[in-house]
Amino acid sequence: MPVSLSDSPPRSLSGEPEVNLELALEHGLTEEEYGWVLDKLGRTPTFTELGIYSVMWSEHCSYKNSIAVIKTLPRDGEALLVGAGEENAGLVDIGDGLAVAFKIESHNHPSAVEPYQGAATGVGGIQRDIFTMGARPIASLNSLRFGSLDNPRVRYLFDGVVRGIGDYGNSFGVPTVGGEVYFDTSYEGNPLVNAMSVGIVKVGETASAIAEGVGNPVFIVGSATGRDGIHGATFASEEISEASEAKRPSVQVGDPFTEKLLLEASLEVIGSGAVVGIQDMGAAGLTCSSCEMSEKGDCGMVIHVDRVPIREEGMTPYEILLSESQERMLVVVEKGKEPIIEAIFKKWDLHVEEIGVVTDDGRVSVLWHGEEVANVPAEHLVLGGGAPVYIRETERPNYLDNVQSFTSDNIPDVVNGGSALKQLLGSPNIASKQWVFEQYDTMVRTNTVAGPGPTDAAVIRVKGTNKGLAVKTDCNGRYVYLNPRKGGQIAVAEAARNVVCAGGQPVAITNCLNFGNPYKPEVYWVFKEAVGGMGDACRAFNTPVTGGNVSFYNESPEGAVFPTPTIGMLGVVEDVDAHTTTSAFKAEDDSIFLLSPAGWTAKGGIEGSEYLSTVFGQTNGDAPHLDLDEEKSVHTAMLELIRQGHVESAHDVSDGGLAVCLAECCIHNKLGADVRLEQLEDFRLDALLFGEAQSRIVFSARPEANLFSKLADIVTSAGAQIRPIGTVGGASLRVQVGDTTVLNEAIEDLEIPYRSAIPEAMGEAVASI
Amino acid sequence: MKFAILVFPGSNCDHDAYHAAKHVFEQEAKFVWHKEERLGDADVVIIPGGFSYGDYLRAGAIARFSPVMKDVIRFANEGGLVLGVCNGFQVLCEAGLLPGALMRNASLRFACKDVHLRVENNATPFTSEAQIRQVLNIPIAHGEGNYEADEATLDELERENRIVFRYCDASGNATSESNPNGSARNIAGIINAEGNVMGMMPHPERCVESILGHGSEDGAVIFRSLVEHVDSAVVA
Repeated sequence: MPVSLSDSPPRSLSGEPEVNLELALEHGLTEEEYGWVLDKLGRTPTFTELGIYSVMWSEHCSYKNSIAVIKTLPRDGEALLVGAGEENAGLVDIGDGLAVAFKIESHNHPSAVEPYQGAATGVGGIQRDIFTMGARPIASLNSLRFGSLDNPRVRYLFDGVVRGIGDYGNSFGVPTVGGEVYFDTSYEGNPLVNAMSVGIVKVGETASAIAEGVGNPVFIVGSATGRDGIHGATFASEEISEASEAKRPSVQVGDPFTEKLLLEASLEVIGSGAVVGIQDMGAAGLTCSSCEMSEKGDCGMVIHVDRVPIREEGMTPYEILLSESQERMLVVVEKGKEPIIEAIFKKWDLHVEEIGVVTDDGRVSVLWHGEEVANVPAEHLVLGGGAPVYIRETERPNYLDNVQSFTSDNIPDVVNGGSALKQLLGSPNIASKQWVFEQYDTMVRTNTVAGPGPTDAAVIRVKGTNKGLAVKTDCNGRYVYLNPRKGGQIAVAEAARNVVCAGGQPVAITNCLNFGNPYKPEVYWVFKEAVGGMGDACRAFNTPVTGGNVSFYNESPEGAVFPTPTIGMLGVVEDVDAHTTTSAFKAEDDSIFLLSPAGWTAKGGIEGSEYLSTVFGQTNGDAPHLDLDEEKSVHTAMLELIRQGHVESAHDVSDGGLAVCLAECCIHNKLGADVRLEQLEDFRLDALLFGEAQSRIVFSARPEANLFSKLADIVTSAGAQIRPIGTVGGASLRVQVGDTTVLNEAIEDLEIPYRSAIPEAMGEAVASI
Repeated sequence: MKFAILVFPGSNCDHDAYHAAKHVFEQEAKFVWHKEERLGDADVVIIPGGFSYGDYLRAGAIARFSPVMKDVIRFANEGGLVLGVCNGFQVLCEAGLLPGALMRNASLRFACKDVHLRVENNATPFTSEAQIRQVLNIPIAHGEGNYEADEATLDELERENRIVFRYCDASGNATSESNPNGSARNIAGIINAEGNVMGMMPHPERCVESILGHGSEDGAVIFRSLVEHVDSAVVA
């Protein structure tokens, strides 16, 4: 290796632009930030160094406007093997000598301009975060938001995103087992594409994203480096605008076949014992991986960028360092074990090139044909080190007073429950997502015990154990918009409730915080409140945050998206064979119960509901009722009922309220139900049928002697209550309130809007019902 | 008996086939890497699903040139049993071991779902444990499963009773609504003239355990048939 050239400062190459404040501003740095760079370096940065600072200090890499708030989330727990932010993904001990690595991440901006590749590389990026830790990905999930399907551009985005997720995941060979899709005009110009991956690894066999051991060689492996994705991280740190179309080259291009090879080769090389540290190249590519690994190991690196395998002629060091070409890893190998890594990657027909060496001076030195073009202190660049941390100004938005003063006095109560129910079942938010999930391979690897469809959370078995994982992504952005704190709490509560309904004990979350421009005080106030709400709920359920991702600047010229803190919840099913529970009614004559907090079965009105939005076109009112202690009691009760073998089906009451919940329980196995609800005093029928008060679950049980008292004992000791509300059977859903029939619809007639809404909106024939 | 499961770099159902053979049916099973030139000792070769070499060109188009495929062709020509599932079916067609080709689904979309299959021929080593016209519930997961061949070939397949499975509805009617990908004559699986090489788009290895998905174990009949066939041949 050439000697360090630290006595003569690095220089820009001839032909590169002159670095000055103006160029720094063009790179997205502020004047203040550029001043800090000058102070730290004691000189003007080279062009390459300016590129490095601009991506490392971009919002996307530095979390500069969010980290102070995120740190208020609970991030400790007995089962956590690594803390939030310490590695590429969270790591949770699930017993039996196994750990689960899981994380969710956004790919919103790329998907807004190039939906297919944007979504595909989102899936690819999150898989690498998992297998760079030595874990084999076993399940993918996602969380998607689009504008109205009436808009052809939205249909193009929706179609492209679904194809992108499908093509990448299907080829890569990891089942896409769950997700959510939600439509609202607020997402019109700025869709959200959040991808989650779940992997499994033996405890003690994980890899770390660290550079250590002076003199150890540094390898780049995987794909060759091209010009795709340069400044992708910077692009993700600004609002979508008319000019965004020109950013199409900032979108990376995915190659799932190479990713599959990289997965197998990476796991093999980690297993070989030759690896000191390994990190995938995501945002900011080689720059970010080299700086972060160096900082973590408190050492430095010399990188010869001219040795990086490239796809196209004439690439500059600036471009190579900033490229976000996919399917690449940076690996520090124990000196002397170079032949091991070379043999493994050659076996998989992948590039494997030694490009540098670990040093002890804490600096990343970049050489281009022997000439130093950058020499930067790693610590100064990274999150948790010298990267800027801002606490932004907050201001409670005025719209909250308007929406929260809503009353339903001017909204006529529902007369025909059946026709409103059918209208709701035909809302794309509630309608079956079969059109989406049939384009995903949901079963490969033969672990999918409960996939998408009639289940509140997906359940994946863990081969070689009796356990399963119950996983779910969830967020109702409308609630967060209407009441940021309560909405943040509900996002966590509902995800946990879904996991519980599937038979799992919630253990930890990952999150993807999708918000608008943090420099707008109203946006920042909402962000802070929503994160606060998530923290409240995580503490109440003892589900710490293991990591995740923040995506700001989700705005289009029409304004910000609904604040959408997507929760990825991990639960453990102790006995996957016995405890896995799905939402569909199973057999005629089964008894139907409503599990709720002690003291009430329905609360509040139609504020914040899908009903109010779909039928009256209003996003209005407060978020629905939630009390975290009540919610917790319902979880405890439900899990105990499942563990004692009493539960045939379980489904939580969420979007569309009790009536939609019952209809969904009926539709999947084409089983009707006869339901009788109490007439509550001063309670409107729309609120009873379609109100979305939280913490409620509809479940069914086999009829047996003294069933109610047995169940009631379990539930009461958990602090919750149950009401018998009916019986499964027949070919229609009939609901009586007191002695009045308020809804009586053939299951077939409910199924038609439910199954056809999305295919019809996409202009395609409906699969046979 | 011994299953040999081919592993192309982009195979992704290799572990599923192995799990079914080894752990569910408790038979010997081994992986054979695509760069190997010899299959070694095997009674049945499974070419599993996946995207063999990425399949950006055409599914299975490159896999046929891999070193291991030469030995699979030798094995098949000597009467060895070869089962191609999904991408494996595509590879068998590309390699000329089965006639026809798998085109993009008529919907132009990937489709992963449970479908019904009617057993058309149970006089094969792959289906001997099934009843004729039995309806099986087995999932598909493919973007290119639309079976096409010229009319003469299709007629020949019909005449020689070489269509092993057809897509059908729950009652066994091979309707166009029950055809998930536009396949000619609802063809889901065919066998060669010698009766030892079968390709099918649906995934039997995905439904051999009731705990999974919708609880179907209908894929088991294919593994049981193979085990029965090989074991009885050994006894004879």
